Formats: sequence, structure tokens, C-alpha cells
Amino acid sequence: MRAFAELLDRLVLTPSRNRKLQLMVDYFRAAPDPDRGLALAALIGDLDFPAVKPALLRALMSERMDPVLFGYSYDYVGDLAETISLVWPTGDDGAGTELRLADVAARLMAVSRSDAGKVLTDLLDHSAASERFAILKLVTGTLRIGVSARLAKQALADFGSKPVNEIEELWHGLHAPYADLFAWLEGTADKPVPQAQALFRPVMLSTPMGDTDHTKLEPSDYAAEWKWDGIRVQVVANNGTYRMYSRTGDDISGSFPDLMQAVTFDGVIDGELLVGDPQGRTATFSDLQQRLNRKSVSPKVQAEFPVFVRVYDILQRGEEDLRGLTFVERRKHLKAFVSTLDPARFDVSRFVSFDSWAQLDEMRKHPPHPIIEGVMVKRWDSTYVPGRPKGPWFKWKRDPYTVDAVLMYAQRGHGKRSSFYSDYTFGVWSGPEDAPELVPVGKAYFGFTDEELKQIDKFVRDNTIDRFGPVRSVRADRTTGLVFEVAFEGLNRSTRHKSGVAMRFPRINRLRWDKPTAEADRIETLQSMLDA
Amino acid sequence: MRGQDLLHPRPEGLYCPPGDFFIDPVRPVARALITHGHADHARPGNTAVLATQQTLDIMAIRYGATFAQSSQAAEWGKPISFGDCTVTFHPAGHVLGSAQIAVECGGLRIVASGDYKRRHDPSCQAFELVPCDIFITEATFGLPVFRHPDSKAEVAKLLRSVSQFPDRTHMVGAYALGKAQRVIKELRDAGYDRPIFIHGALQKLCDYYQTQGIDLGELKPATLEKGAKTDFAGAIVVGTPSSFADRWARRFADPVAAFASGWMQVRQRARQRGVELPLIISDHCDWDELCDTIDEVGAGEIWVTHGREEALVRYCELKQLRAQPLHLVGYEDESE
Repeated sequence: MRAFAELLDRLVLTPSRNRKLQLMVDYFRAAPDPDRGLALAALIGDLDFPAVKPALLRALMSERMDPVLFGYSYDYVGDLAETISLVWPTGDDGAGTELRLADVAARLMAVSRSDAGKVLTDLLDHSAASERFAILKLVTGTLRIGVSARLAKQALADFGSKPVNEIEELWHGLHAPYADLFAWLEGTADKPVPQAQALFRPVMLSTPMGDTDHTKLEPSDYAAEWKWDGIRVQVVANNGTYRMYSRTGDDISGSFPDLMQAVTFDGVIDGELLVGDPQGRTATFSDLQQRLNRKSVSPKVQAEFPVFVRVYDILQRGEEDLRGLTFVERRKHLKAFVSTLDPARFDVSRFVSFDSWAQLDEMRKHPPHPIIEGVMVKRWDSTYVPGRPKGPWFKWKRDPYTVDAVLMYAQRGHGKRSSFYSDYTFGVWSGPEDAPELVPVGKAYFGFTDEELKQIDKFVRDNTIDRFGPVRSVRADRTTGLVFEVAFEGLNRSTRHKSGVAMRFPRINRLRWDKPTAEADRIETLQSMLDA
Repeated sequence: MRGQDLLHPRPEGLYCPPGDFFIDPVRPVARALITHGHADHARPGNTAVLATQQTLDIMAIRYGATFAQSSQAAEWGKPISFGDCTVTFHPAGHVLGSAQIAVECGGLRIVASGDYKRRHDPSCQAFELVPCDIFITEATFGLPVFRHPDSKAEVAKLLRSVSQFPDRTHMVGAYALGKAQRVIKELRDAGYDRPIFIHGALQKLCDYYQTQGIDLGELKPATLEKGAKTDFAGAIVVGTPSSFADRWARRFADPVAAFASGWMQVRQRARQRGVELPLIISDHCDWDELCDTIDEVGAGEIWVTHGREEALVRYCELKQLRAQPLHLVGYEDESE
């Protein structure tokens, strides 16, 4: 338990992705089975202890501590699990005897609701504060330590020196505590053979088309299709099991019962999930977000935001694995296959014909539909290769949107950037023309060079008007301030931001030292993009 | 005599009318008794100062020899009279030379503890329990959430991280007086014998600790040789917390930000400060020690000052002890 508790503590406070990976790999190396497998399940939110509820924790505390003192403590810390872990009356007395994560999990898993208080008390009595924190975080089920399933799989890949694709491919056939997986990764056993049906196939990804990449390519070797702005999905159906996976292999079937009803085939297809109707309207990414990450979806939402898949590839048809065929061959299969499916839920992504790169360049810059974000360019003779090989598939996006915004707040970065003000909140003008004020529209922390970072940092330090912890408020009025040209991929409506808009993927495109702040953009410019 | 006749707050600080002196005044006064050398307790500009020799030395290092017009060294436990009242200095265990000040007059004894701690600290004198009628306690960590773990385990955590990330510089933020020397001393006691690099602001105080018999081992200035950025990879650098947010910190290889402080107990505090490796090492009492001290000192009345007074006052109420917050202004626990 101690090693797991320390891992959690370190992960919470380590911002760097690579360092998080290193912490996890080191843990997997040092911890025994089944502890490490249970830790893995906990990290990705796959452990559930239904007998323990927050009300039980509060009840345990009220038996042990003056409620006024507990109230002061909770107000100060702000997190129930952490507060209890710190104030639990045994202090660190219990630290002497080491609890195994496996024992803790087994006891909590087996306990009945009526005994849960007794068992939890016993566990907490025999732990030190950081172990108590780990136990309480486990039972309340919300680790919030910045580790995604994807990152955990990457750590496993690093640990076993295997491609992450192989782990993703196996993933849904494996279960905690993953002893077979660890044995294979350590080289002491063969690769596990998953028994489960409808497994995820690792996806093939594209690389961005660089400015001059296409000059070396022959247009007739490549197909082009529109790149629609939805989310990449893989629909898998075999032997009566039906699943839809995200690009990273998360099972998202549960959020889309309307679509899953139409999955009546046997095969694996790859496409873009969109809101709307294949024959009619394709709705925006904001509309799609109404459907994402929901555990249950009301009939009203299903009717208002119907989803469909615009299919662009087929990996398996019946029993036949098509991944070894060329793209042109797979597309023939795909056309025949999709023609038998519900046309309200599936259609085939159409090709864009072109004779020259210059012609395609024009088309990707001026797509015919607002929900198209460029073109995909794929070699006719490419086989379906998991990962991101350079050459067979390119994404060629339309140019990003840009807006001139004024730097308003700067926050210190982390790690290498902890002495730099490197995270910037910027705003545009709003309000009446004669008394405009800045309203924040986004935040960005990359897109500039190290040299530019130094310059911005100096500007921030020289123009600070207020400080709140790690954040500085920077002079920004009609005559002074720093203008950023901010690039972004799209705008969503937002009720969380005062400005009413939220940018997708904002980054600093250029520093406009030359531009007077009064000439930065107004909020109406952004609002008109929303309505488009 | 009532307690408030012997000591009571004034804008300048805690005042003793029968002895006509202030304890840790925040503004210059004619006669000041100083508990310890932290800048919020020991300020320059007083006319006459009484403190332990080490506190006087530390004030001279920080403010120059002219920090007061005259100064007098108090010996541990030796009574000094001011008018009708007598004062004695007793170790507080907070930093080198730190003292509690017992003030006695007409059969009433009040102990002003300044800042204090009960834990073992290899870099200063151990706290002494002084029985009294009224005990003035600090409340820096006066909430039940503050339960400082064993500092040896915290130092071990730092050393584990150093071996896990040998390509990175471990930057330990620690206040210049007391904490920095304690962290260094604890590292030495844990067997770490490589040179420790220090920020320039720590140099004089570390040198002073060494002259007082606290062996800090080999300390080197964390200055940069031209173009040799990897010099500090795998090294431990100790500096003031503010220095790590400063341009100074850019010389280090992919630093791990560590911070030695009792505040590090609460994860969100650590996260807000961008601390990657919190080290819960405090030179104040934790909650349990504050409570134990209140129980053990045997005072019938407790005055609670600078910190989270309300929880400690509540604790006293539950123990049916008279208690009140003592509203002193100007103490910002520089020490944490």
C-alpha cells in the first residue's frame, strides 16, 4: 500500500507526461502481482467498491471527532478523502505494519454494506496518512490524478518494450489484476490470447501534410476525401457482440444506444461519428459534444442530436481480415458492405477527385461545408497499418482561424517552465465602442519559441499590475499591452466563460509587438464565427 | 494581578506595562525582547534589545551590527529583572537560538512561546516545557489536518527521488533561517555526503550555523560555470522558496521542485505552488503537539495567536480550559 500511496502522491503533483510514465513504469517494475494489476485498474478507474459511500465516511468521522473541528478542517482542505486521511485519529501509529494493496482491495470488495464501516475503520487504523488517502480515494472512486487509460497503456508498453498498439488490441480481453499481461510484458509468458468478442483493433493514423511534402508525391497515387470534424470511431461486431470504440480503444457504445441498434452486421468498420443525418444536415462539433461522455442518454437528446457514422475504411468483413489488402481493394469491400446498412446511420465517405496538388490545396482551403476541416490524402495501395506510419496517410487541414487578442493574465508554468510565466489568458474587446473592455476568450501555453517565451516573460514581469498566487494580472488597456495572434481550430458556445465562447486547440501563432492593443479584435468577430 | 495587566497587545506588539517592554514588536520601540531571528519577529530599529546570543548574532547577520542601539544577551533560564517583573528565556526548539520568554510578576507567570516545536531537530536546542499560569501559543498549524510525519521519512523520500531521477536537479525550497540548515543537517544525518549546492541568500546563515557546531558538510554555491548547464544534474540545490520562481532557477537541468514546509501536508497547497515533491518538514508544532503542549504545560488559561486560532480555542473549550484568541498583527510566518 505504501508504494501505491507514494505513486498516487507523485502522480498528482507531476505535470510532465514523460515523468508520469516513468513513475508508473518504475512502480510496475517494483510491485508484485496482484498489487500492480489492481493499481493499474485503480489508475484507469476500473475498480469499484459499491459498499462504501461518502455518507459512510462522514458517519465514521462524526463518531471520532468534534464536528466543529472537522468542519474547520474540511473547509481548509476542500476534499473529503484528503481531510479524513489527515485528521484520522490514529495519526501515523499504524504505519508500522504494511498493508498489501491486494488485501485492502479484497477486503473492501467482499464487504457487505453493514460491515463496511468496521472494515474501513480497521484499514484506516492500520495505515499512515498517505496510505489512508490512497484507500479513501480508492473507495470514493475519484482519483483525479491526471492519468488517462491511454497514458496507463503507454506506461505498460514502455514497461514491456512493446508497441502500445499490441496492448490496445488485447485490452478489452483482459481483466484486473492483469497477471497474464504483466507476465507477457516481463517475458515470462506468452502473449495472452483474449477470449472476449468484438475486440478493438488499433487504428491507423495519419501525419500532417507539411508545406512541401506533396511536391514529392504523385497525385495519381493518392485518393482524397473530406476530413469531417467529428470523432474517430471503430464499430466492431462479431458473433452477436457489438461495440463502438474511440480512437484510443475506449468502449463508448453505452452513450449511443440509437446507433448501436443499427449495428446488425458482422465486421469492423472505421469512420467519423457525426451528429445529423447522412442525407441531410451535418451538425457541428458542439452538437456532438452533447452526446459524448454520457452514461445515459434521454430519448429527447437522441432525437435532437441523432448520430451517424461516415465510414471510410473496413478492417474485417465477416471472418475475413481485410487489413492486409490495399486501400483501393478495401474501399470496394466497404462500398458493398455499407450498401446493406441502415442509410440513416451509416454512409460512405466520398472521394474528392483532383488532378493536381494545387487544385486540392484550393479545395482544402475552401471546403464546401463548415464542418469539414480539410482533406485526408491516402495512398491507393496502402495496407491498414496500426500506428502512425509516415507516408501512406496524410491529413491536410484547412488553415486555422486566427484572432488578435490581448494578453490579460499570465501564470507560471511547471517543471522546466516553473520560473517562466508561460500560460497566457487573453481577451478581446467587448462592450460599447466608446467604453470597451477586455473579456477573456481563451488560454494558451504553446506556439512560441523559447526566445519568444523569454521576451513575453520579461513583458509580464515588467507590466504586472496584480498578483494572485502563481498568476499575474498584466497591464492591458487601450494604449498598453501585448497583442497575440491566436490560432484555433474552431469555436464552441460556452456557458462557462463570460465571453460565451470556447476555443478549440488555441495556440499563440504570432507575437504582435507592433500592433496597438486598441486594434485587437472584438468579441463580435468571434460571435459571427459561431453563427456561421 | 490579571493576565492582561501583565501582557496585552498594542499596535507595536505584545506589551508588558510593569516591565515597560515589548515582545517581538513589529514597530521600533524603546525596549524589545526578541524570541527568535525570523524577520517577522525580529525587526531592526529598536533602541534596546534583549535576546539570546544566537538570536542577536542572527539579527546582526541579517540587519548589520547596527540593528539596535544596544543589545543584551539573555542566558538560558537566568532571571533578568525589569521593574517589578522578572523574565527568563527558555529554548523553544524552533530555530537556532529561539526562545520562549517567561514573564513573572506578583505571583503570575505568563509564557510567550513565540514560535516553537517539539520534534527532534538536529540544528537547534530542544523545546523546554515551562509550567505557567497563562500560556501563549502560536497556531501556525492549528488545525487537526496538520500532522507532520517523521522528517527522516521525508528526507528519505527526497533521496529516493534523487536516485529515481538522476538526470534532474532537485531544488529544495527552504526558508533561509532554520529550515534550510535543518534540511541540510537531516540529509547529512541520513548519510548523504555529496556536496549540497546553496543559493547565495543562505550562505551567511549556513556559515553561522557551522560556527555554532552544526556540521552541515560540504556546501557549494549554486553558481553557474559558463555554459555548463548539466553541472547540477542529479544534485540537490537548496534555496529560498522565492528564488525558485525567479530567473535564477533557469540554470538547472529539468528541475524537480521540492519544498520543505509544514504547508506541504495539503496536496492542493503543493499543487498551487507548482511543487512536484512536497517535503513535510516543519519548524512549528503540528496539531497533536500543540494540543499535547496545552495539556502538559498545566496553564489554566491559553492565549492563541498568529495562525488558525479558532480551532485551537475550540480544542481548549472542549477541554474546559479558558482560552481566547490574542489578536496580534504583523506575523506572517516567514518561517514556513
